[in-house]
Amino acid sequence: MTNIAAAAAPSTIATAATPLTRLAKGFVNRLVIIIPYLWLLFFFLVPFIIVFKISLSQTAIAMPPYTPVLDFSDGVSGFFAGFRDLNFDNYTWLTQDALYFNAYVTSLIIAGISTILTLIVGYPIAYGMARAPAAIRPTLLMLVILPFWTSFLIRVYAWIGILKPEGLLNQVLLATGLISQPLVILNTYTAIFIGIVYSYLPFMVLPLYSSLEKMDYSLVEAAQDLGCPQTSAFWKITFPLSLPGVVAGCLLVFIPAVGEFVIPDLLGGSQTLMIGKTLWNEFFSNRDWPVSSAVAVILLLVLTIPIMFFQQAQAKAQEQGK
Amino acid sequence: MNATWSRFNITSIVLGFAFLYLPIVLLIVFSFNESKLVTVWGGFSTKWYVSLFHNQGLMDATWVTARVGVISATVATVLGTLAAITLTRYTRFRGRVLFSGMVFAPLVMPEVITGLSLLLLFVAVGLDRGFLTVTLAHITFTMCFVAVVVQSRLVTFDRSLEEAAMDLGAPPVKTFFQITLPVILPAIISGWMLAFTLSLDDLVIASFTSGPGATTLPMKIYSQVRLGVTPEINAACTILIAVVAVGVIIASIANKRREMQRQLDEQAAQRG
Amino acid sequence: MKSLGSIRRDFAPWNDPNAKPYIQFDKVTKKFGDFTAVNNLSLTIFEREFFALLGASGCGKSTLLRMLAGFEEPSAGRILLDGQDLRGIPPYKRPVNMMFQSYALFPHMTVEKNIAFGLKQEGMPGADIDKRVAEMLKLVKLEQFAKRKPHQLSGGQRQRVALARSVAKRPKVLLLDEPLGALDKKLREETQFELMDLQQELGLTFVVVTHDQEEAMTMADRIAIMDKGEVMQVATPAEIYEAPTSRFVAHFVGNVNMFEGKVAERTASATRITGATGAQIVVDNGSDAAAGSDIIFAIRPEKIKVSSKKPVDAVNALEGEVYDVAYLGDMTVYHIKLDDGQIVRASALNASRVTEDPLTWNDRAWVSFRPDAGVVLTR
Repeated sequence: MTNIAAAAAPSTIATAATPLTRLAKGFVNRLVIIIPYLWLLFFFLVPFIIVFKISLSQTAIAMPPYTPVLDFSDGVSGFFAGFRDLNFDNYTWLTQDALYFNAYVTSLIIAGISTILTLIVGYPIAYGMARAPAAIRPTLLMLVILPFWTSFLIRVYAWIGILKPEGLLNQVLLATGLISQPLVILNTYTAIFIGIVYSYLPFMVLPLYSSLEKMDYSLVEAAQDLGCPQTSAFWKITFPLSLPGVVAGCLLVFIPAVGEFVIPDLLGGSQTLMIGKTLWNEFFSNRDWPVSSAVAVILLLVLTIPIMFFQQAQAKAQEQGK
Repeated sequence: MNATWSRFNITSIVLGFAFLYLPIVLLIVFSFNESKLVTVWGGFSTKWYVSLFHNQGLMDATWVTARVGVISATVATVLGTLAAITLTRYTRFRGRVLFSGMVFAPLVMPEVITGLSLLLLFVAVGLDRGFLTVTLAHITFTMCFVAVVVQSRLVTFDRSLEEAAMDLGAPPVKTFFQITLPVILPAIISGWMLAFTLSLDDLVIASFTSGPGATTLPMKIYSQVRLGVTPEINAACTILIAVVAVGVIIASIANKRREMQRQLDEQAAQRG
Repeated sequence: MKSLGSIRRDFAPWNDPNAKPYIQFDKVTKKFGDFTAVNNLSLTIFEREFFALLGASGCGKSTLLRMLAGFEEPSAGRILLDGQDLRGIPPYKRPVNMMFQSYALFPHMTVEKNIAFGLKQEGMPGADIDKRVAEMLKLVKLEQFAKRKPHQLSGGQRQRVALARSVAKRPKVLLLDEPLGALDKKLREETQFELMDLQQELGLTFVVVTHDQEEAMTMADRIAIMDKGEVMQVATPAEIYEAPTSRFVAHFVGNVNMFEGKVAERTASATRITGATGAQIVVDNGSDAAAGSDIIFAIRPEKIKVSSKKPVDAVNALEGEVYDVAYLGDMTVYHIKLDDGQIVRASALNASRVTEDPLTWNDRAWVSFRPDAGVVLTR
């Protein structure tokens, strides 16, 4: 009847953890959750509440340029009392001024068209990559990712020199005799489309590639073996199986494109209307913080549904990863 | 597989890459243009690079950007890694849905919203806009990208490695630092690099949250671009591209070498 | 002396009423949400025993092992190791080590460092660690691979590193989760014997989880057959095969023919069974099934003799027709369709190169077996 603690000299059974050390350990465990949680609460969620709050205040010529509402300095009761002072004038104004409504609608349309264009441009690239010899696939992948590492601003800027009336594109087209008059592309919606497709192409290609690459090509071979011609095998087999990639890619392009500022500002000129630019101008030029907050709140509401779709797609991908 | 890599596939890849790279190549080419007109070739010159280094405003902005980038990427990597661990390891806790929402939403959140909301936060708590606020803002939006990168590695992490370490007598914290962390380190490093470049790149959020004396390079470039395209900016952009490209290429070549060595080793091991 | 199976075992503490149990599962239940992985299970394992948990995937055998290692806590019941309750003791403080199915070799450490890992955790002095590591490398014949990383090793070498790492700490119990599952068939057979030698040499208690019955039969002193979180039978390999106590076990291990029927008559020495389709079978190996009760008669194919004429002195002989024949080299398998419709599988060892009385499809044939060749099952 030997005690194993004595018998097993090297591997001793220690006494079970006391409740106190367990509690301490639980806290350390919790810290892993608590630190990023608190950070995101404070720097991500709370700011939105503030945006919402300020969107309900009135413009004032002061610094900060709005009248305080729902101020905690009066204590909790003051906070609740403040609800009476809320005013929805900014929202009323947004709905009455056609400029904002147009900006929202135009943004959604531009983002939608750009997303489809990006898909059309990106799909063949992703497909070609996925069917490339395995040895060069990593290199191709790197080549798609590489532009993403270079500054967004620089990539948009590069297009100004190309699309200008006296720019490189017109020079080439004039020199080859394809056109006799320079095309006006810069400062039009066409330039915005080009800019969005160009800047967001990697976001489309990467998810498409990863879903196409995972696909078992023998499925297509099986379809062909069963009498399905190549093109219809693509539409009946390959495309449906790549749908998760299509959805992810489209959301990754569409959502940020709606609120895009740099591209419409630099390539779209003053004649084009997009909500990101409107918000920026409202904030920096007109210094109207409450109205820009209201613009942001509505933009966020507009994007809630696509963002929730995106979250769901992420969660699903995570499940499948496991 | 080769048979299916048809002419169509090759054409679409070549055209696609031409589309991706041509604008950047042209930008680089015209940074060496003698002429002040960006789009008319007037002979080779490096004078814009020289004048660049005498532009004190640009140099200051570069320094600010570098510091913001390093600090924010480092903090974001720590926070993002913790967030990734939380997402993969703690499947059940109160507020998990909110948490994963807060991690994934910033990935697609329009920058104008993020920028505006952070600015209003800083104003509300009475924090003066400047270096600190830009850094805090960058930490916040880049940590989510780090979280996603690290999380995708953690999902495929073989938990039995940790169990083996504990089975052999290593307590949980020791197991994390001796086993988990070294194994997922490559993902953490690429998370850091991603956070750094995102910070380097950001114009919109920085414009909202920065203040006097903390002008970042993209802000500087933007304000000059608004005034017109100049070869000097082309030169600045070229240097930025070169720095990032060299970094990324070196990293990926090193990675590829390691991978090839590994494959050779594995083949050798199989032969006995 | 007669014995079940062809091996005489001297090591049999489970037959000794005074033997002290080493590992005890006492009414252990483990639930994951609504799913019951282990259900009110009790099991005793003795010191120096080579014990196998055998079952299909999802039967709870791995959960049992993981509870012993400390990765899962039982929902109810106790696990005792040498009399000490393991509840609440974390895995890193238990004197058991585990060899993982995936091997779980640390990819960023050399073979040496992998083996030394556990020793370092217990604060062993450096010189002693080096000595022990060298000893372990010698034991698994990997001396010249000490400086390699896991990815530079073949599957078999990795398996041996995992083994060396898990025995380096001289645990009281070694747990092996499908230890040979990732190896190819030939290497697996070699390694089975190596594991047995190693266990003898180190004098450790081994608990191995496997879904491979051959592996369990080869290596284990005793086998526990598990199904749906419960132990169906615990016995030596020979007992499991020759004297299964349930349909499940008889079916799970090896091939078996089953006859449904009723006990027609019981005498002191024999039981007479009437098959559901009319066959009369006499069994004399002891059964406590009462007359009139519903039973199953189970018999292994190799215990059945096939012949073209009725055997003269056979107690049990049934007539039918050759339905299928397969020549496998070392033996020939017959499927005989009895006249009552039941198909019987019989196998004959090809002990000589020429056969006197060859059979072919559709031949009339007789199957016969001795009264002690099969068992009567009541569940």
